[in-house]
Amino acid sequence: MKRNGKSGTPPGEPVAGNGILSRRVFLESALATGAATAGASAASAQPLAIEPWMKIPGTGFEGYGQPSKFESKVVRLVPPLPNPATQGVGTARTPLHLLDGIITPSGLHFERSHSGVPNIDPDRHRVVIHGLVKRPLVFTLEALSRYPMESRIAFIECGGNSAPLNAPKPAPLGMAAIHGLLGCQEWTGVKLSTLLDEAGVEPSARWVIAEGADSAAMSRSIPLAKAMGDALVCLYQNGERVRPSNGYPVRLLLPGFEGNMNVKWLRRLKLTAAPAMTKDETSKYTILLKDEKSWQFVFPMEVKSVITRPAPGIVLKGPGFFEISGLAWSGNGRIKQVDVSADGGKSWAPAALTGPNLPMAPVRFRAAWQWNGAPAVLQSRATDDTGMVQPTRAQFAAERGLRGVYHYNAIASWAIDAKGEASNVYA
Amino acid sequence: MCTLKSLTVCIATLAAAPAFAQAPQLGQPIAPADIAPWDISIGPDGVGLPPGRGTAAQGEAIYVAKCQSCHGEKGTGKPNDPLVGGMGSLAPDKVPMKTVGSFWPYATTLFDYVRRAMPFQESQSLTSDELYAVSAYILHLNGIVAANDVLDAQSLPKVRMPNRDGFIPFPRNPK
Repeated sequence: MKRNGKSGTPPGEPVAGNGILSRRVFLESALATGAATAGASAASAQPLAIEPWMKIPGTGFEGYGQPSKFESKVVRLVPPLPNPATQGVGTARTPLHLLDGIITPSGLHFERSHSGVPNIDPDRHRVVIHGLVKRPLVFTLEALSRYPMESRIAFIECGGNSAPLNAPKPAPLGMAAIHGLLGCQEWTGVKLSTLLDEAGVEPSARWVIAEGADSAAMSRSIPLAKAMGDALVCLYQNGERVRPSNGYPVRLLLPGFEGNMNVKWLRRLKLTAAPAMTKDETSKYTILLKDEKSWQFVFPMEVKSVITRPAPGIVLKGPGFFEISGLAWSGNGRIKQVDVSADGGKSWAPAALTGPNLPMAPVRFRAAWQWNGAPAVLQSRATDDTGMVQPTRAQFAAERGLRGVYHYNAIASWAIDAKGEASNVYA
Repeated sequence: MCTLKSLTVCIATLAAAPAFAQAPQLGQPIAPADIAPWDISIGPDGVGLPPGRGTAAQGEAIYVAKCQSCHGEKGTGKPNDPLVGGMGSLAPDKVPMKTVGSFWPYATTLFDYVRRAMPFQESQSLTSDELYAVSAYILHLNGIVAANDVLDAQSLPKVRMPNRDGFIPFPRNPK
């Protein structure tokens, strides 16, 4: 593998194979005209029209703003249910290829639910802390709302995100179907450690069993160190109360940890000496390895990136300049570097990391690409500040096999064909 | 900025700072007996299992009435997850079929999950006797207990699941 991202390269100059240009295009807002941008149409534009919306006043005000009607296709993907009788078991997947920045719109944040979304009356909801504590306590929402709060921007990624890439052959699936179980919000709430301190954790406690108020009473065992660390009992999501599908009226946030552990509709926290071995930490969310053994209690979502544009469904209309854009994140810290390739990993160049780059949050990366119109394979490879590098699919499979279902974080590939259409491939 | 004139105000502000940093202590004490209706956790050691008993022979009718429409005849699955089969499918290079019998490490998890989440349309509706019986039936279909073995709070945690030793810790968790 060659690394060609020389810092002395002028903006717009190729720095890796198949047309990857210097990231200085983004870092310096300077794009050289000429050879690198050749291919753009030189034909004159049509005369400008006075549109009707400039001639009459627009509509009035509404209580809760909605996206433009022209954006009606920007919705979550809800795959068909295996059984209509068990409605609410499944997913709604975020259309990452139609979004930009790092914050997911609240209504487009992915959802994985195990027994539907409960319709919880916040006045009747309670959060109880008990087990190995000196003072079992119960909290109303009104009480929780009076505690000092803190906000942080953090991703939540389902343990099953990108699982289709474990398949022996690449499935003809798009962005949301493969990678759409990832979201990033500004979460606001009370530090869990504040509430646990108030209850008085007994020295023998090692775990906290968190349980939701859904009709599956979904529950997971969380190591006490995480609960006493950066865990947050969240009341707000992107500035408004947590959405029902994301845990209304209160959910747990465990920054960087497997999505399923961030228990929604939080109703109970039981301090114990040992994990409960719940269904979702034994039969699910464990990783069957190459031999008969399975990893259990796999907490961090490890370093990962995906190219969100180009992606299936976004057609490149002829050769020329395109931005390659995507998200990179790590449950172990902050992203240090993202490299991109347009030749299936033969050569790489560093992408620009633009906008906020926060620990346990996705960073938006951008690279400039001069597409020559021939077939290409686009890849991204993230490195986090612990030094962990996103593995190739071969490296990933060599360590754990491809039977694990969960926590798939290998480098993903989009093939671009001569028509400019993207598809899921292994490369 | 503190001037001499406002020094008393500054001192008052500093004195108030520690009080502001204190949590407001708004949790209400609650007696364990009042938590009991919510405390449905069951450990792998059996702590939390309720009184009651049941056998696979008793559980079959409950399964047929309450579970079969989703999990298939005798737990073979479809339209929802199979509960039976897959023994030996965890071996290297095989396509795994992860069921209660082939994969689940603890029988207590089966009881716990059925109690908290099943039947899908009416969670927490089965009696403790029914829960022991239907758990026994699913374990019996997997060849793990006999048709007339009695499952209760003492015997259920002692059931040895085939994949009990199949799990190892993830080597890269944060310290």
